[in-house]
Amino acid sequence: MSVLCLVEHDDNGAIDASLRALSFARALGESSGDPLSAALVGEVSASTLEALAAFGVSEAYAIESDELDSYAPMAWARALVELAAGSPTSAVVAAGTDRGNEVMAHAGALTGLAMVANCLSASRSETTVRLSRQRWGGSLVEDAVVESSPALLTVAFDGVAPEPARMPASTTVHEHRPTLDAKDLSVKVSEWSHLDAGISLGEARVVIGGGRGVGSAEGFAPIDELAGLLGAAVGVSRAVTSAGWRSHNQQVGQTGTRISPELYLACGISGATQHLAGCQSAKHVVAINTDPDAPIVSRADYAVIGDLHVIIPALVAAIRERGSAPG
Amino acid sequence: MNVLVCIKRVPDVGARIVLSTDAQEIDTHMLGFAVSPHEECAVEEAVRIVELQGGSVSVLTLGPPDAVEQLRDAAAIGATRLFLLETDGREWGPMATADAIVEAVRRHESQSEPYDLILFGNEAADTGDYQVGVRVARALGRACVTGVKNLEISGATIRARREFGGGDELFELRLPSVVSVKEGINLPRYPSLPGRMRAKKAAVEQTTPEWHEDPVRKQALRVPVTEREKAEILGTGVEAVPALVDLLEQLGVLP
Repeated sequence: MSVLCLVEHDDNGAIDASLRALSFARALGESSGDPLSAALVGEVSASTLEALAAFGVSEAYAIESDELDSYAPMAWARALVELAAGSPTSAVVAAGTDRGNEVMAHAGALTGLAMVANCLSASRSETTVRLSRQRWGGSLVEDAVVESSPALLTVAFDGVAPEPARMPASTTVHEHRPTLDAKDLSVKVSEWSHLDAGISLGEARVVIGGGRGVGSAEGFAPIDELAGLLGAAVGVSRAVTSAGWRSHNQQVGQTGTRISPELYLACGISGATQHLAGCQSAKHVVAINTDPDAPIVSRADYAVIGDLHVIIPALVAAIRERGSAPG
Repeated sequence: MNVLVCIKRVPDVGARIVLSTDAQEIDTHMLGFAVSPHEECAVEEAVRIVELQGGSVSVLTLGPPDAVEQLRDAAAIGATRLFLLETDGREWGPMATADAIVEAVRRHESQSEPYDLILFGNEAADTGDYQVGVRVARALGRACVTGVKNLEISGATIRARREFGGGDELFELRLPSVVSVKEGINLPRYPSLPGRMRAKKAAVEQTTPEWHEDPVRKQALRVPVTEREKAEILGTGVEAVPALVDLLEQLGVLP
């Protein structure tokens, strides 16, 4: 038996979420001595191959087809299911990205097998896979047993660290030409457009958050000023987007963007489950809130009690003064 | 254009999730309920499509008798046909849920006009299974895209966009099809008073699908342990600013 992991890759090599999925899949395999295989769509670059070796992949399957010049969810699922059927496979794993969840859902629908999303850890004995997975965007964990085999799993990328294998593997690459029919290719990406949205919220090193306590769209002025000064991205809570003060692409939370900055400065945010699910990977959380009993205060590392409309302008002034001070 | 939206009733958990003593479910005694967020946007999207193109918005939910409240929420902003697939308190897995929806769609379509478009939320807030829409689409033999943040329909063609790699990717599908949407595709409207009055009186067609167990057995739920217990209070009001500047300096985030 082996564990097969779908790896998403681009010009920079395997994506971070897939490295996390590989780490999860390797640990699952190690629980019962199953080696780790990888499936990739398209040509495998040297940097991707290097990552596969570092993460312990012994066999890699490059899925190649002239028809797969752009992402096609059903075709990817078809190829993955073919590979899993081609040799004894205990589990098929993908990153819990939009594509990973979509492809694995199709794989589940195609085979009639169960698919379990956003897993944190798993182990196998005989034909059952025991796992822990996120519910409520990570605010709850479910322990479960999968009774259909192979187990189809996606991996919560904000809950599993990317850890290379103790011993790198020597990876053999095989070409796999899938048998696709017209229906498999009926849904396909036809166009991709790059948006230059400034500092990306998901990748920002510093995020300044604003919640209901900001009070209005205009109330964001000091937060925007501080963000500009620190080169930070602005993130908001669901209350703010529901009120129409800010657009949804700035929403941090379970149904918005997941952030993982060095610092998250949460201003006027009470700390609902929905919001905390989006910032649980922040290294340091600092809250500014008028209410010392707000839930965010018990989930932050540091807090300042007071009105953000007073504190942030004072903070901006102090940072500017420090910047202009000699020495 | 006949649009069906599948929604889920979920508890409004607020700031802290409390589990039942047997750790099998959330203790909902003190909680209100709502339509899961992505699905709230799916209902709004369906209403907008039908406002532009004519047709009807149907809404379906699989849930306990009280899930009629969420059907009425959808009716208050413009859904006209309401369907409750009533459950008896057992938890339905994504495979059983998809089967029940497929059966209902086939029944509706044999009795009246087919659905041109079936909308889902990308994933339910509570279980986060990411698959019911895809399973339904495949069983019905219809095309499907998930994670959609923008939808345009002209004639029998749908242009669906979603975020990918710092940009947008576009899919073009032919109707009839299935689309799972994400919050942010629109900003749902507040129901009007006449809308709410109409919703109160709207008829709900109720059926009882047969439950079966998915091959995934839940053992227990738990609240994950967080390292953060209580924040260190740096101070109150502007007096805390010097300590805050020192902290930002330490973290290396100052310009």
